[in-house]
Amino acid sequence: MSDVAISVRGISKTYAQGEAAMRALQSVNLDVRRRELMLLMGPSGSGKTTLLSIMGCILRPSGGTIRILDRDATNLGECDLPRIRLDHIGFVFQGFNLFPMLTAAANVALALDLKGVPRREAAERAVALLEQVGIADKRDVYPADLSGGQKQRVAIARAIAGDPPIVLADEPTAALDSRSGHAVMELLRQLAHERDRAIVIVTHDSRMLTYADRVVHIEDGRIVREHKRVVVHDDVRVPRTRVVGESVRAFPQPAYELGA
Amino acid sequence: MLAWRSLIHDKVRLAVTVTGIVFAVVLIVVQLGLFFGFTAATSSLIDRSRADLWITARGVPYIEQGVPFTERKLATVLATPGVAAASKYIARFTQWKRPDGQQETVQVVGVDLQTGLGAPWNIVAGTLDDLRKPDAVFIDEIYCQKLGVDHIGQIVEIRGRRARIAGFTRGIRAFTTSPYVFTAFKNALDYVDLHEDQTLYLLVKAGPDADLDSLQLALGARLTDVDIVTTTRFSLMTRVYWMFTTGAGIAVLLAALLGLVVGVVVVAQTIYATTVDHIREYGTLKAMGASNRYLYGVIVKQAVISAAIGYAIGMFVSVFVVQGSEQGGAAIILPPWMMGAMLFLTLGMCIGASIVSIKKITRLDPAMVFKG
Repeated sequence: MSDVAISVRGISKTYAQGEAAMRALQSVNLDVRRRELMLLMGPSGSGKTTLLSIMGCILRPSGGTIRILDRDATNLGECDLPRIRLDHIGFVFQGFNLFPMLTAAANVALALDLKGVPRREAAERAVALLEQVGIADKRDVYPADLSGGQKQRVAIARAIAGDPPIVLADEPTAALDSRSGHAVMELLRQLAHERDRAIVIVTHDSRMLTYADRVVHIEDGRIVREHKRVVVHDDVRVPRTRVVGESVRAFPQPAYELGA
Repeated sequence: MLAWRSLIHDKVRLAVTVTGIVFAVVLIVVQLGLFFGFTAATSSLIDRSRADLWITARGVPYIEQGVPFTERKLATVLATPGVAAASKYIARFTQWKRPDGQQETVQVVGVDLQTGLGAPWNIVAGTLDDLRKPDAVFIDEIYCQKLGVDHIGQIVEIRGRRARIAGFTRGIRAFTTSPYVFTAFKNALDYVDLHEDQTLYLLVKAGPDADLDSLQLALGARLTDVDIVTTTRFSLMTRVYWMFTTGAGIAVLLAALLGLVVGVVVVAQTIYATTVDHIREYGTLKAMGASNRYLYGVIVKQAVISAAIGYAIGMFVSVFVVQGSEQGGAAIILPPWMMGAMLFLTLGMCIGASIVSIKKITRLDPAMVFKG
C-alpha cells in the first residue's frame, strides 16, 4: 500500500455567485502521507476550508482528481462518498459539534454506531477512546459541563473512534485557550506519529507550527509555499528525534494572476 | 438512542408534540366513535329484531319511513314454506305528553309479543311479559328525564291515549331526538293512529334449514305491492339514509378527518422544528459518513416514539370519554378493532408528518459543518 493517504491533482473549485463565478481553488496539487501532521494555513477566504472539504469527500471539486488511500474518489456517487468518509476519514470541528443530549461516552459511541458496531461493544470502546485522549473520568458528563479542551478531546476521540487512517481538523484550537490548544495539538501529533495516521489541520494559529511536519500555505486558491520539517534519527538504538532544519519550497506565482 | 435522547432533550417540545397527537387521537376516536354510535343507533331496531327478512310497503327507504299496508299479507307469509315465524311490527313517530304538559315526539315501536320479533332488549326493570298488560310501555332509562318519567307504574299520555310505564331498558338510544317507546302491537295501533287491519312491517324468521335467498324469492312470488329485504340490507339502507343522505354522517366523518389533519400538522410542525433545531448535529452526522437511511431512521424513530406516547395517552383519555358517553344521549362506540386501527393510523400520521423533516435532511449539505 502506498504511503500517500490523500492525493489531489489539479484540483479546482468554482462557486457560483449570482451570475458571476468565484474560483475558490485553482490547480492545487498536494499529497498527504501517513504519519504526517500537516497544517494548512492561509488568510480567510484563501480556500483552506474548501480544500479540506474536498479532501474530506464532503465537497466535489469542479476539476482535477482526488485519491483517498489509492482509490479514485473524484467521481464517486452520492451513496459512495458517505461510505468513504465513514470508513477512512475522521473529522474534528472548530465548534466541536458534539451532541448536547449525549454524554461524552455516548458522543464517541455514536461514531461506532454509524459503523454498525453493537451497542455494548461501542460503549466499551468509547470509554477506551476517552481514556486514550485522557478524559475517561468524564465519560458520563454532558458537553455543556465540559471545558473547551475537554470537548475537543471528546471530538477527537469521536473522530478516531472508527480508526480512520485520515483525520481532518478545521481550526481545532480556535475555541480553546493556549494551554488547551497545545494539549490538543500534542494529542493530534501523537495520533499521527504513533498511530500511522495522516492528519490535516486548517489553522490560523501560528503557535501550532511547532507540532507540524509540514506547513502548506494557501492564498487565493493556490498553494504558494510549503515548509517541511526535516527530522533525522541520530541513533538507531535510541529512538529519539531532533529537528535539524527546514526545507522551504516556494511555488512561483504566475504574473498574470498577481497582477489581476 | 439518539432519537430518544433528542426527543427528551427538549421536554417542552416533546410535550407539545405529544399533546398534538393526543388531541388528534381523542378527536378522531370520539368522532369515529360517534359515527359508529350514530350508525348503530339508526339501525338498532332492525339489527336487534331477530328477524331474517323485513316486508315493507313498496319503496320504503328506511325504517322511520314505513307506509301502512294490509296485515292480511301475514297469513300468506306464514303459509310460505321455510317461514318459521312472522309478525306485524310498527315503528312510527307520535306525540308524548309529559306530566308537566309539555309535548315530546317519540317513536312508538309496536311488537308482537307472541313471536318476540322486534321486542326490546337490555331490559333492566320489568319483564317482557309486563308488556302484555293493557297500555303497558317500556322506555329507556336514559330518556326518563326527557319524558318526565321517574317510576314504574307512572301514567303518561301518548297521542291522547293512556299509557303506563311497565319497565325500562338500558342503552337503547334513538338516532333522532325522539326516544323509542316499546309496546304491544295492539296498543301501538292506537298510539300511532293505524287501523286494526294495518301494519307498517312484517318481520319474518326463516326456518333453520331455509335458504334466505330462496325464501325471499318465494315470498316475492306470493306477495304484491311490497318489498322484501333481508335484515342486513334494510339495516344498510337505513344507515346509509341517515348517515349519508342527510349529511349527518358526513359531518361527523369530516370532524374525524379534521382531527387527522390537525394531528398531522401539529406533529409535522414540531418534528420539523426539532429537526431544524438539531440541523447542525444532522450535518455533523452526514459529514461523519452517516447515510441518509441512518438519518431518516433517527427522524422516523422520533415520530414513532412520539406516536406511541401520544397514542397511549390519547386512548386512555378516549376510553374515559367513551365511558362517560354511556350516560349521555349520544353513544360513542369504540370497537376493539378500532383501537388497533388507531395505533396504525397514529403511526402513519406521525411518520407521514416526518416526511417534511426527511426532505430537509435529504437536501442538507454536510459542508455546513465547516461554516462558522
